[in-house]
Amino acid sequence: MARAIVNVPATARRGEIIEIKAMVGHAMETGFRRTQLGKLIPRDIISRFVCTYNDAEILRAELHPAIAANPLLTFTTVATASGTLTFTWTGDNGYSMTASATVTVV
Amino acid sequence: MTSRRDFLVATGSLAGGIGLVFAAGGARATPASMQQAIGKVVGGSPVRRGKVKLDIPPLIDNGNAVPLSVAVESPMTPADHVRAIHVFTEKNPQPYVVSAFLGPRSGRASIATRVRLADTQTVVAIAELSDGSFWSDRKAVVVTLAACLEEL
Amino acid sequence: MSARCSERPRHVLAAACVFLHFAQAATAAEIPLAERRSGYDFMGRETRAMQDDDSTNPGMLWVLDGEALWSRKAGATGQACADCHGDARASMKGVAARHPAWDAASGRPVNLEQRINTCRSDRQKAPSLAYESRDLLALTAYVARQSRGMSIEIAIDERTRPFLEAGRDAFKRRQGQLNLACTQCHDKFWGNKLAGNNIPQAHPTGYPIYRLEWQALGSLQRRLRNCMVGIRAEPYSYAAPELVDLELYLMWRARGMKFEAPAVRP
Repeated sequence: MARAIVNVPATARRGEIIEIKAMVGHAMETGFRRTQLGKLIPRDIISRFVCTYNDAEILRAELHPAIAANPLLTFTTVATASGTLTFTWTGDNGYSMTASATVTVV
Repeated sequence: MTSRRDFLVATGSLAGGIGLVFAAGGARATPASMQQAIGKVVGGSPVRRGKVKLDIPPLIDNGNAVPLSVAVESPMTPADHVRAIHVFTEKNPQPYVVSAFLGPRSGRASIATRVRLADTQTVVAIAELSDGSFWSDRKAVVVTLAACLEEL
Repeated sequence: MSARCSERPRHVLAAACVFLHFAQAATAAEIPLAERRSGYDFMGRETRAMQDDDSTNPGMLWVLDGEALWSRKAGATGQACADCHGDARASMKGVAARHPAWDAASGRPVNLEQRINTCRSDRQKAPSLAYESRDLLALTAYVARQSRGMSIEIAIDERTRPFLEAGRDAFKRRQGQLNLACTQCHDKFWGNKLAGNNIPQAHPTGYPIYRLEWQALGSLQRRLRNCMVGIRAEPYSYAAPELVDLELYLMWRARGMKFEAPAVRP
């Protein structure tokens, strides 16, 4: 799947802790599965996720094959100022995906 | 019943014997190798039980996507916050699951995701605090296989 | 996760088969309409939560892809679905909840996948999309999403009745090495456990589904073939008339139930 779905509240009060959900379409092939003929299917996973808020990193995660396909990460951040949250996933075979969302902080 | 694959491995017919992992019972993490992985992350520091709450349903619908959340008691101030949350398993093919690096801007030390669990086992969550201490929680989970598999 | 040892389920299914064989020769009565429950009710709390939230339901990834495909020009005509059908949220409302439906051109009921492919080949002059291909799944997921919350309504008249009966016969027919009929587990023993898993009533209220076992979205036909492999029967090919007849019967059996696509299932 070539898409990502991110969920950020559209507005928040300054200082409020907001919950963010980020899900991306990716098979997260573990590297431990075999075909019916016994051939090992090579590992192909997302290994890193970074979220920035107005360009400052607020979360970094290292993902391993134990993370389920179409990985979802739910985390929180303090709503400090209006701006943009950017989500970047990178992984094996040069994989890279970016998504963003804006939040208005009142 | 020995599958043909297991027989070939047993007779050494495949190169690199021990390193190969078959989904039907090949090399996998053990409680010992999980401890080793935890040791690599915490260094020589002691890991204490407490402050961490690992949430996994005790009986799950399918081991391919198990909802998991970790919450750590912490004021999340610059002086006192959670630096990282690490999750490990004892019976998956390898012990690492996820490492999340947080900070005071997180507001709460809480992350959630979905993980793969290969077998009924114990999952461990470890939090690294800004003062360098490590805290943990562990949960036992029962994993059943699907009754009707797609391939024969 | 897919090449796991399959000896254990075979063992258990064989035991279940012996029990069912002695338990009854006749087929089970249909579930009373008021007692019908969606597969949703047989899942754990957390799996239900995964389905309920569009930002955690992986099926929505395919819906988004389908939304993009809806507007993409295709085939010799260079037409997109949107060019004829406009906004899917209006034009496709209720469509998935009414399929399989009669198709005059082929003289039999067709399912949603076949309807989409007919449009592609006849109107867009574009190649058909294969079952379980990314694009067909995305389009069916997008169209199915437009029926979410609506009541399943399958029209049965003198044209479709013979196909409904064929589907019902298939549902009640013992087959495979385990000599099991769908009705035995899903009409009589729903709510019980098979190899540690809850047996649902088998209502296709949420297709295409994100099945945790597949780690992907898939069609009702994929699930039916999966079931047939499970009872050690030779599965019908994709788009086989037998499968569409069975889809028709299953959707009719679920008439009045709420459509939940894209559902999440174990």
